[in-house]
Amino acid sequence: MRVAMTGNEAVAYAMKQINPEVVAAYPITPQTGIMQKYAEYVANGQVDTEFLTMDSEHSAMSATIGASASGIRAMTATSSNGLAYMWEVVYIAASYRLPIVMPVVNRALSGPINIHCDHSDTMGCRDSGWIQLFSENTQEAYDNAIQALRIAEHPDVLLPAMITYDGFIISHALETLNTYEDDKVKKFIGSYNPKYPLINPDKPVTYGPLDFFDYYFEHKRQQAEGMINAKKVILEVGKAFEKEFGRSYGLFEEYRMADAELAIIVLGSTAGTAKVVVDMVREKGYKVGLIKIRSFRPFPEEELAEALKRIKVLAVMDRSLGFNGVGGPLFNDVRAALFGRNPDIKVVNYVYGLGGREITPNDIWNICNNIRDINLTGKIEKTVSYVGVRE
Amino acid sequence: MSNKTWKEIPIGGLIIEPGNSVNYKTGGWRVFKPIHDPTKCTNCLICWIYCPDSSIIVKNGKIEKFDYDHCKGCGICAKECPTKIKAITMVKEE
Ligand code: SF4
Ligand code: SF4
Repeated sequence: MRVAMTGNEAVAYAMKQINPEVVAAYPITPQTGIMQKYAEYVANGQVDTEFLTMDSEHSAMSATIGASASGIRAMTATSSNGLAYMWEVVYIAASYRLPIVMPVVNRALSGPINIHCDHSDTMGCRDSGWIQLFSENTQEAYDNAIQALRIAEHPDVLLPAMITYDGFIISHALETLNTYEDDKVKKFIGSYNPKYPLINPDKPVTYGPLDFFDYYFEHKRQQAEGMINAKKVILEVGKAFEKEFGRSYGLFEEYRMADAELAIIVLGSTAGTAKVVVDMVREKGYKVGLIKIRSFRPFPEEELAEALKRIKVLAVMDRSLGFNGVGGPLFNDVRAALFGRNPDIKVVNYVYGLGGREITPNDIWNICNNIRDINLTGKIEKTVSYVGVRE
Repeated sequence: MSNKTWKEIPIGGLIIEPGNSVNYKTGGWRVFKPIHDPTKCTNCLICWIYCPDSSIIVKNGKIEKFDYDHCKGCGICAKECPTKIKAITMVKEE
């Protein structure tokens, strides 16, 4: 059905269709809209969910973990410092191998305190063992919420998954999207059949025992395997989704890449703006293409290197800073992916949009000019540039 | 207990067999070893109640022996044995 919804409403709607047995939540802007809408579904009796209003995000994630370990579907959602406050248990959800799906509405981390979009929150826990799927718009946020469940619960994966979308830009803006019928979504996600539910008196299990030097490493190795397997499962689920609902999803989206010599890599809603700019500069004769990463964790290293093999200059756009003295987190991962694979490519980093700072088509046009100049002169003046900051 | 590979164990650090902590020999952690003197012992079983590792074996209401495979040598039994009796002494492991 073609409907108009905000990103938060669309994700709450996906959750309603998933109808998890437990949702535990604590409010934080800009996520609050999801749980506000979901509480309405609960109050109206439109879902069967036990809705737990918790006293913090740490408790919300803890309750979600407990519920999920018991052998049911459990969800929560958060943003920014709420995610930071969950940190300890975010890792535990992944190490217990609980397929929790959590929408995270990207918002800048404090301090200084800020409620607007950047990716510092989810980037902060990029290696916590959670799958991370980024969404460009409301449609993708809705579709990712549905797919994430099936990816996370796949027996070869069994890892929690964050689906992320940009705070306010997507979470609060009204957009049209296609929603699918309840029974079709239900059929697509199937039922959750955990192997070792905590609540099963016939087969008692212990979650969270002490794990020393003799087995901890083996458990971490298993976790690594789950993340490696997730790549194949994301592709499989994407194909099944396309078959059922008509929209195709992979690890990343390629836009006008077939004959491109220059390219931009981007995450989230900025991809929408960047595609418009790519079209504009194409008319001027620049051979620019775009890659929008959907699966940031697992990171599609080989696939990206393959997709970029004809590219001479690459601009990596980071909506967060890695305080490593080098560049943004996406930049570092992309460079690592290209190392030893694409020896001739030049890669530069553009950090932009921190704390909700606007990114305009003009900014992206300038980036296209920069990478064109690098291609013409062969010289990189600045490896890392800060777009839109007052110098 | 032989150590298994990452492919052979349940994921997530789960223990899927109830009561299997008995397979984990914690006796090796011990620095001091409890020694029981049956001539002093009144078999009040206070030590048995307090032992956190269920390592005091009782037979027919009497202290029989220590389970040295699991006793961690914490000394709680020696401490809790009534002052006037003190039937357990902690001796340094050789
Ligand atoms: S030393 Fe500690 S573990 Fe050993 S028997 Fe005494 S109370 Fe139990
Ligand atoms: S506490 Fe002392 S007296 Fe009582 S049973 Fe134990 S060893 Fe014997």
